[in-house]
Amino acid sequence: MKISGAELFVKALKAEGVKHLFGFPGGVVIPVFDVLYSEPEIEVILTRHEQGAVHAADGYARSTGKTGVCLVTSGPGATNTVTGIATANFDSVPIVCFTGQVSRSMIGNDAFQEADIVGITRPITKHNYLILDRGDLGRILKEAFTIANSGRPGPVLVDLPKDVILEKGDDEYPAKVSIRGYNPVLKGHPNQIKRAAAELKKAKKPLFYVGGGIHIAGAVEIFHKAVEKTGVPVVHSLMGTGSIPGDDPLALGMLGMHGTYVANMAVSHSDLLFGIGNRFDDRATGNLSKFAPEAKIVHIDQDPVSISRNVPVEVPIVGDARQVLDQLLPLLEAPKIDEWLEQLFTWREEHPLEVKVGENGDSAHLRPDDVIQSICRIFPDAIIATEVGQNQMWASQFFTFRHPRSLLTSGGLGTMGYGFPAAIGAQIANPDRRVVDIAGDGSIQMNIQELATAVYNQLPVIVAILNNGYLGMVRQWQELFFDKRYSSTCLMRGKECPPECTGRAEGCPMYHPDFVKLAEAYGAVGLRVTKHEEIEPALREAGKIKDRPIFIDFIVEREFNVFPMVAPGAGNTEMMFSEGGQS
Amino acid sequence: MTHVLSMLVENHQGVLSRIAGLFSGRGYNLESITAGITTDPQITRITLVCKGDDNVIDQIKKQLNKLIDIIKVTDLSPLPSLHRELALIKVRAKTNQRGEIFQVADVFRARVLDVGLDTMVLEVTGSSEKIDNFIAVLQPYIIREVARSGLISMERGRKQASPQPQQRKGASEKLNDDFKISIA
Repeated sequence: MKISGAELFVKALKAEGVKHLFGFPGGVVIPVFDVLYSEPEIEVILTRHEQGAVHAADGYARSTGKTGVCLVTSGPGATNTVTGIATANFDSVPIVCFTGQVSRSMIGNDAFQEADIVGITRPITKHNYLILDRGDLGRILKEAFTIANSGRPGPVLVDLPKDVILEKGDDEYPAKVSIRGYNPVLKGHPNQIKRAAAELKKAKKPLFYVGGGIHIAGAVEIFHKAVEKTGVPVVHSLMGTGSIPGDDPLALGMLGMHGTYVANMAVSHSDLLFGIGNRFDDRATGNLSKFAPEAKIVHIDQDPVSISRNVPVEVPIVGDARQVLDQLLPLLEAPKIDEWLEQLFTWREEHPLEVKVGENGDSAHLRPDDVIQSICRIFPDAIIATEVGQNQMWASQFFTFRHPRSLLTSGGLGTMGYGFPAAIGAQIANPDRRVVDIAGDGSIQMNIQELATAVYNQLPVIVAILNNGYLGMVRQWQELFFDKRYSSTCLMRGKECPPECTGRAEGCPMYHPDFVKLAEAYGAVGLRVTKHEEIEPALREAGKIKDRPIFIDFIVEREFNVFPMVAPGAGNTEMMFSEGGQS
Repeated sequence: MTHVLSMLVENHQGVLSRIAGLFSGRGYNLESITAGITTDPQITRITLVCKGDDNVIDQIKKQLNKLIDIIKVTDLSPLPSLHRELALIKVRAKTNQRGEIFQVADVFRARVLDVGLDTMVLEVTGSSEKIDNFIAVLQPYIIREVARSGLISMERGRKQASPQPQQRKGASEKLNDDFKISIA
């Protein structure tokens, strides 16, 4: 039977089990939206910006492991997806992004709403396609879904010219495709696995260092078994958060720039660093010449490119984290590490992450870490999305993650404006779970238009805005490294402000914009919290609402910093614990 | 160190741009790249010459392997292999200089493709070094234009797989002396 390209597209989505499509229509993709209009099995979520659509598909994918799907129009619709695609690419998130394109005969003619999106996204996708032959459509759609969610997952973009969408042709959607240039290695090399097990057994100061790959591979459960069997302690990267319950005695927390004291000390003194699904990112390693100076390194990763890129690896193992751990588990033996553990626990006690509420007998000042801990207390099983900056670091430090795939954060690209749309995607995928976006007042304004999406889809996403009136992380760097010259970081700076601001003055507003009114204007609920005593009641009230988003505007201490901190370029043991304080 | 990578790739649109983009985007050093069809019209062979220390070359190979349109990457540098480049060179040649130029061309086994009123076009094949030398020798005649193909390369037939008769082997060694390989 001959069907249109648009009909085959929808057939492919159904065959892939796609239930939700995040999109925004436009000229050339009207025929596709037209087919979707009468398709009961696929719900189209209309975002208010194409970037929001991609981030939502990303949050959907990260929280479930399923492929997120979006559909946008040509030209500006396509270019608006770029930040979302790059975000997903960096963090290995399976997304298939369909963009409309002008008709084949118009390509290259600078037609209305034409953009070479395949050229633009080549370096930020796992793979991309421009379909020039209606006969290839079925195969390419299948390839796109296959590539996106296998091996090291990533975004795939498919550019659909309007006349390909309209052309009648083959109705076949293949059940399987083989791509000769694409054969991800899943099983680890048996000899390497034996070596890894032997190294772990004889180590005196071993340490697991886990990253996001462990969530992607679905290896959390088997990893717990490995930890249980060996008793080896664990540090994690930001993306590895939740790979071991944060309150497990062997969980030492996150390493790196804003990692815990114990995690950074552990890495710096370890004699065997056992990496799984991590990539030795610069925010985690700090100064490479001072990173893990005494350690042999074992590294399991799906992507050979990640291995021996930043640090030399003694035992490289390419493979899927779950399959490799499956092979490894029977060979593992517990090393004798009582002294090591004792040392680690001493370090942990020396500098724990703790919240000192009302330190100065002043409970009026609202501390952001206090807010996060309260969110953790009231919604312990929530999926947490974050924006980027101080809010992201506090979320990772003070929320005790106990479940895999529960922290949605732009780790690699560091995309402000990611969290809220990602939370929307996650809420759609997980209607029975509480989803909280931890935001700053800067970040939230980067995709605030998605309030409408959340309202119209009746999504009870809670957005906790840690409102300090600053682009806080940049301001923190300016405070510490640029002599407190707060250039372009005060969000309330106006024409009347003196050239060199010295902090809040008489005429400064308390906050701007009024997020409570803004939420209400969209039909959402807005709450404001200004002191410690109000945190819990506000969260409880928000928790009762099930049919629309809730903005909670936490007016926090303006110049509260994220500590500990390893200054850029410093080694991981050179941690600051307060302004000017060093260990 | 210079490496020659020989790749089999899908004959898809944009594949050359994926490779070139990988090099520019990641700051790798690409010296030359050539592409041509193989006996299978769906497969293109791409030969590229790149520079870098061992770590960089290792990353380049891994990154290329990661590209989905690339079927196979072979680093020819550690393997016994043949490397050739072709160049077209247009030199100024007054009538009284032609004889000399013919003689120089003969030494380098270059062919004369065209003789004009006061120019000649020469074609030469060989290692990149030989072409460099040829160009250097032609400098006194004033070179108008040079077009070089970039390197194309192939691994030698494996000895175990197809042992060569004694005399043929001698011939090939002689050939090798004539065209000293400048790679690596």
